[in-house]
Amino acid sequence: MNRRVGGWIAADLLVLVLALFPVLWIVSLSLKTPAQVGDGRLIPSEFSLDNYEGIFDQGVFTDALRNSIGIALISTVIAVTIASLAAYAIARLEFPGKALVLASALAIAMFPPISIVGPLFELWRNIGLFDTWPGLIIPYMTFTLPLAIYTLSAFFREIPWELEQAAQVDGATPFQAFRKVIVPLAAPGVFTTMILVFIFAWNDFVFAVSLTSTSAAQTVPAAMSQFPGASQFQAPTGSIAAAAVVVTVPIIIMVLLFQRRIVAGLTAGAVKG
Amino acid sequence: MAAIQFDDVTKRYDDGFEAVKHMDLDITDGEFMILVGPSGCGKSTALRMIAGLEDITDGELRIGDQVVNDRAPKDRDIAMVFQNYALYPHMTVRDNMGFALKMAGEDKGTINQKVEEAARILDLQQHLDRKPANLSGGQRQRVAMGRAIVRSPKAFLMDEPLSNLDAKLRVQMRSEVSRIQQRLGTTTVYVTHDQTEAMTLGDRVAVMRAGILQQVDTPRELYNHPRNLFVAGFIGSPAMNFFTATVENGKVRLPFGEVPVPAGVQAGGDVIAGIRPEDFEDAGFIGSDEGQWHAFDAPIELVESMGSEIYAHFKVEAPAAQSQELAELAADSGMADVPSAGGEEAHAVARLVPESEVQAGAKARLALDTSKLHLFDPSDGTNLAQRRG
Repeated sequence: MNRRVGGWIAADLLVLVLALFPVLWIVSLSLKTPAQVGDGRLIPSEFSLDNYEGIFDQGVFTDALRNSIGIALISTVIAVTIASLAAYAIARLEFPGKALVLASALAIAMFPPISIVGPLFELWRNIGLFDTWPGLIIPYMTFTLPLAIYTLSAFFREIPWELEQAAQVDGATPFQAFRKVIVPLAAPGVFTTMILVFIFAWNDFVFAVSLTSTSAAQTVPAAMSQFPGASQFQAPTGSIAAAAVVVTVPIIIMVLLFQRRIVAGLTAGAVKG
Repeated sequence: MAAIQFDDVTKRYDDGFEAVKHMDLDITDGEFMILVGPSGCGKSTALRMIAGLEDITDGELRIGDQVVNDRAPKDRDIAMVFQNYALYPHMTVRDNMGFALKMAGEDKGTINQKVEEAARILDLQQHLDRKPANLSGGQRQRVAMGRAIVRSPKAFLMDEPLSNLDAKLRVQMRSEVSRIQQRLGTTTVYVTHDQTEAMTLGDRVAVMRAGILQQVDTPRELYNHPRNLFVAGFIGSPAMNFFTATVENGKVRLPFGEVPVPAGVQAGGDVIAGIRPEDFEDAGFIGSDEGQWHAFDAPIELVESMGSEIYAHFKVEAPAAQSQELAELAADSGMADVPSAGGEEAHAVARLVPESEVQAGAKARLALDTSKLHLFDPSDGTNLAQRRG
């Protein structure tokens, strides 16, 4: 018994170290001066916030941060709104082509983004979406909608249909029934989906680096790859590390914030259990 | 409050299945109408058509003289109690009960006052700020009732509201439902498959089978004068006993002897005879009016003493009565799988006075009240008695 528990603890620790050590290393790098970067030591001999001050002084990073937050939030809101309407229809209605809709949604989710980047680049340049916010929001929505629809329809299916019917008999329009009864009950699903979509948009590099060129729409991952060094012979390692730390923070905040909402069991008590 | 009228209403699904066929039913203002029948008979569909949760394929449905076929549920001003209560789990009891009023745009004060009043009727005052998850089954049921009564709607629709409660609570809530309906006097349509609820609650009972109304009558009339074999077999517990019999020269030849044809019956040839368990009696305990009783010896198989009465099961030397209606009733009650049901020998149940000393495995002298004999046409199951009045 004790042996098994000990084994599990050891395995857990191993996973934690594997996952967190690189993060620790990035934090350490971000606090080093350029001279220390190559010294291979985890704890910097001299702490410095120069890298952080450096990236916030550059317009490139702050612009990129603004783009990242804006694009990720807008993508999330639009994708989750559309997905919840679609998922509701899929969970509640029988209509011809339902299986086809689901299958094509799944196919899109499987599609490697890199394969459409080239055509999109051409297309966006022709219709003027290149290097704009919508130019990134559209592909982010396309790739996150299938997953969002899947997750949400699973949640909607869990909610007894009688609840909506009760609401309708109680004088609610179908849309009121959806908004006042179904959405609050599906809240854990909605938040889970929001986090998934947000993280996809926040982390994306392929689209960001291909479909943007200036600070008008460049997001942080794309901007980081183009950080200038202090001189042309020096890699901007410290700045990239500092930027990486800065962009990790919103994700951690999001997850911590919504973690408490992502609990099942909100429907307990609706029907006889 | 309002009357509800079905005028030749049919519900046909896309696959062609007809759940309700040409239903005509007048529910008068303030009436407590029960829809009863085996599962799949269309009773819930009929109820949901009143609520507007199912479309009507053909015919007209009127609530208070207005045709409501194409009205959305929210515009029909009816309240519904669902089988699984369908309480909104994210709202408190107060918000659950006030939801409909809020949707109707009533102001906060009025809502509060009406909710408090309903809560007082249902004894829910101390639970108003709790969530449904923290309530017991009976309390949730009362909240579901409360959600309906706060609105003072034109009609209450109840879809097997008590079927999720345990036996004791069900009896208690049954009288509660009856009390509330009498107090409010609101037209009520109540769907159930439990014939005890049907008999005790309703002003009138509508028995349905396979989408067709079989009989609409007061519980007493339904019990004493079933229009056909199906109603006869469905209403009553233990169920009516059925035997094959023949009618000749004004006599009915039953498996246990010949008895006179009851008054007002036009019959000849093969019939199915129906006898309620209480129309048998221990021959030693029958009253003075000897003329109506026919005594015979019965081989008793099993005796169940209930304290207030005795159920004696006995064997009858004759093939069991066969008909589509009876097969359906057996299938609905799950009896089709029980080997003793059907087959070559008929079995019967007699309800005897508790003083009776019948013994299992021995012969007993039983008597049959011949005036209570029901005779049915074996081909279509109709009752051969001329209806009185």
